[in-house]
Amino acid sequence: MSGIDPALRDTMLAAVPSLRAFGISLCGNVDRADDLVQETLLRALANIQSFQPGTNMSAWLFTILRNLFRSEYRKRRREVEDPDGSYAETLKSQPEQTSRVEFEEFRVALNKLPDDQREALILVGASGFSYEEAAEICGCAVGTIKSRVNRARTRLSGLLSIDTADDFGPDITTRSVLAGNDRP
Amino acid sequence: MTERKPPEKPQLMDTISTKSTAARQGKDASLGRDVQVKIGQQLRAYYDGLIEPTPDRFVDLLQKLDKSTGGKGPAE
Repeated sequence: MSGIDPALRDTMLAAVPSLRAFGISLCGNVDRADDLVQETLLRALANIQSFQPGTNMSAWLFTILRNLFRSEYRKRRREVEDPDGSYAETLKSQPEQTSRVEFEEFRVALNKLPDDQREALILVGASGFSYEEAAEICGCAVGTIKSRVNRARTRLSGLLSIDTADDFGPDITTRSVLAGNDRP
Repeated sequence: MTERKPPEKPQLMDTISTKSTAARQGKDASLGRDVQVKIGQQLRAYYDGLIEPTPDRFVDLLQKLDKSTGGKGPAE
């Protein structure tokens, strides 16, 4: 193993928060995601010579993590129904009460998507990758990513009951107020 | 009986082709921009909720490896 260029190390560290969020989204468990990130970093370091300087470090790490997840973690995942929301409590920065309802609702819906749709949607819609980058990370065609993202959105809109513009009106916050959470 | 069908057929065809076009358009547009925006917002809010500062274990890991491998200044 050759030495780590400090600049490279810093780039890797800078990518960790998003990489970790991606890992949590994939495996649905913070501890496991951390193991996944650790293994990703170790593999990245072991293969650092195959990283081309100037290319996207973040995309490279995401690719490694995604492949690790696919090959190992996927098989033994999903004891994660977590009805109490203790999942979110393992995060240090807890969402506020109102947004937490939305967070949980969204998380549950997201977990109902097939793996390939979920990863595509997250990469493009949250991690900030282009369709092309997401295709490289997932090792598939750009068109495949696009259709997975579309299917994921369609499925989510159904699961979250966001079917028409009208359904927007009372958002989750308002709904919880309407449901009697407002104080006299 | 058989006389009715010929005039009906083109009508039916018309309807079908119109419908299928509409259906196709409807399918493409089944997620309005509004819905896509809303999902996008919720997705980012969810993801942002998962973002935390890099845990120390990873900083330590990379620093430890740095010392044990490249910390001595490999190229110099």
